[in-house]
Amino acid sequence: MQAKRAQVPLLRRPMVQTLIASLICILLGLLVGFIALLIINPAGASEAIVSVLKNFWAYSKPEKQLKNFGITLVTTAPLLMCAVSVLFAYKVSLFNIGAAGQYVAGAGACLYCALALHLPWFVCMIAAMLAGALLGAISGVLKAYRNVNEVISCIMLNWISLYLVNTLLTPVKNPTGKDTYTIASQNPGGILPSLGLSKLFNQKNMTIAIPIAIIVCVGIWILLNKTRLGYELRATGLNKNAAKYCGMKDRQNIILTMAIAGALAGLGAAMLYLSDFEQWAVTQASVPAMGFNGIAAAFLGGLNPIGTIFSSYFIQHITRGGANVNTNMYCAQISDLISSVIIYMCSFVLFMKQFMNKRLDASESKSRGKGGNAA
Amino acid sequence: MMLLLQYTLIFTSVLMLVALGGCFSEHSGVINIGLEGIMVFGALGGALVMKYMPQNTATLVMIAVVVCAAMLAGILYSLLLAVAAINFKADQTLVGTAMNLLGTAASTVIVKAINTAENASNTSSEIMYVGPKKAFIIVEGTEFSWFMLLALVLLIVSYVILYKTRFGLRLMACGEHPQAADSVGINVYKMRYAGVMISGLLGGLGGLVYITAGVSAWKFENGVAGFGFLALAVMIFGAWKPQRIAVAALLFGFFRALSNVYTGFDFLKRLNLPSTFYNMLPYIISLVVLAIFSKNSAAPKAEGIPYDKGSR
Repeated sequence: MQAKRAQVPLLRRPMVQTLIASLICILLGLLVGFIALLIINPAGASEAIVSVLKNFWAYSKPEKQLKNFGITLVTTAPLLMCAVSVLFAYKVSLFNIGAAGQYVAGAGACLYCALALHLPWFVCMIAAMLAGALLGAISGVLKAYRNVNEVISCIMLNWISLYLVNTLLTPVKNPTGKDTYTIASQNPGGILPSLGLSKLFNQKNMTIAIPIAIIVCVGIWILLNKTRLGYELRATGLNKNAAKYCGMKDRQNIILTMAIAGALAGLGAAMLYLSDFEQWAVTQASVPAMGFNGIAAAFLGGLNPIGTIFSSYFIQHITRGGANVNTNMYCAQISDLISSVIIYMCSFVLFMKQFMNKRLDASESKSRGKGGNAA
Repeated sequence: MMLLLQYTLIFTSVLMLVALGGCFSEHSGVINIGLEGIMVFGALGGALVMKYMPQNTATLVMIAVVVCAAMLAGILYSLLLAVAAINFKADQTLVGTAMNLLGTAASTVIVKAINTAENASNTSSEIMYVGPKKAFIIVEGTEFSWFMLLALVLLIVSYVILYKTRFGLRLMACGEHPQAADSVGINVYKMRYAGVMISGLLGGLGGLVYITAGVSAWKFENGVAGFGFLALAVMIFGAWKPQRIAVAALLFGFFRALSNVYTGFDFLKRLNLPSTFYNMLPYIISLVVLAIFSKNSAAPKAEGIPYDKGSR
């Protein structure tokens, strides 16, 4: 009996269950997307879904493939950071819906430092992290000392930071449009170094963002699982009162968690905007979806930092692939549709796991029933 | 001045309707972060009907059909939340977030598909409804519309339903202590479905009112620009009570209107504050109010916790 217990059946392992559940979410999301394509125009539906899934493989030339793979990676780094931000807070039982706002604050801080103050890239990056951390800490303080639900305070802060950043960046706006200046035109030192990656991928926006993102991801995994601080944070999340009873500083831990989560989201913004891939439109009226997609990536990745790397890449892969559909029939937002259905499906993951366990219990008790009730 | 009044009233109507919707959902025990998505779908339902209704439809018929379409679209969309949160005990914040993203994405796909089918070179996500919109205006040339009256009526109806009917009191019991409600024979699942669906109805109508506020065409790519979240702030500021929500909606609607028309006032123009300041103000106010009063919050006690018959 003891030997049997040590060997958990494959389907019982949490990792395997999470993987299965995530794959089901993806399949259902793709199915809904495919049905939508079929309804819009049955003729090209299969071709369209294939081009969404193929993304850069749709190109025949290897250089073009590599270039588009590079673009996908450039947008993966910020999403990964937002996802890790959400995940980190969730491990401490805090729902960081404010990743979107912290991302905005980070974007504002790093672009202001790069364009108005002409500071080097690492200073801009630290500024972005500090801005995100500050925003996160505000939610943390409100939660710890005033018992304000972090979801609500984060939503308010998302919008406050959007309007603040729009105002802040108006002076560095390109007079001919609504976007900010490119960093390359104002302060080449503000762009993240590429260390040859841009040459390798033949894509000028390819910077050290992706390697940094993966290192940070692994770092967060170590922090959560292998350090005393991580243990304390998780304990606080599981039961605030028990943690306090054991001498942990529960309030301080909540604030620290939100600050770290905020810094991660802010760092994500720095990774996108300091690679000069995109400029900030100072007239934008809604919070960028990056932070919200981070929630998607975090849950799709099974709330595991390593799983999140793959899920973030997958979401950006299909988003990028959406741009390849035949625009005479369909629109690129089909991939937004697919990824939002995937997030919706992710909320059923808990149910799916329970269902799997129930089925396993049933089949086990059936096979055990034959051998009598001795076990 | 007149312009400020018009915009204040129209934004107040939007915020009040949507916040009342949130109020019903939360009193039944389900947090509705997805109000933004519900608004988009309600707006889509209304806009599509306006697009396809014959031009010479009688005013009254037009109003009735469009309003019903928006409400129906909102209710159908809110079922996504109801099923996930009530039957499958999903994380309500996660479902709400997904609904907000899905609302904008799905409506953009739908509208673009319709536009492209009509004319292959038209890839915009815009629906025009210049003619039908006139049906809702009371005084021609202004923004005073029947929606304002409708919002007022629905406010009173909501108050009466919540506090003076058996249904309303039972609904609130399910948000405060579902186990107790269940023990006296109230079907908690049914009541929560009712709460979420009412929030879909009011949210959908709110979305319709929003896209007819001062414009006769709407780009669905833009969603509803955070009005669902602002309504959430109104609901919290209004302490989950209809009468207070009305006051909060008036206040927030005023600030929102001010950000549109503040340049018309000399003394405000001289202050030289950017319009973003007025946009930000409602959120800052609600954050401060939350910080001060949250220790003894008026929020329904059991909101956000999936109800499980088996748990104690």
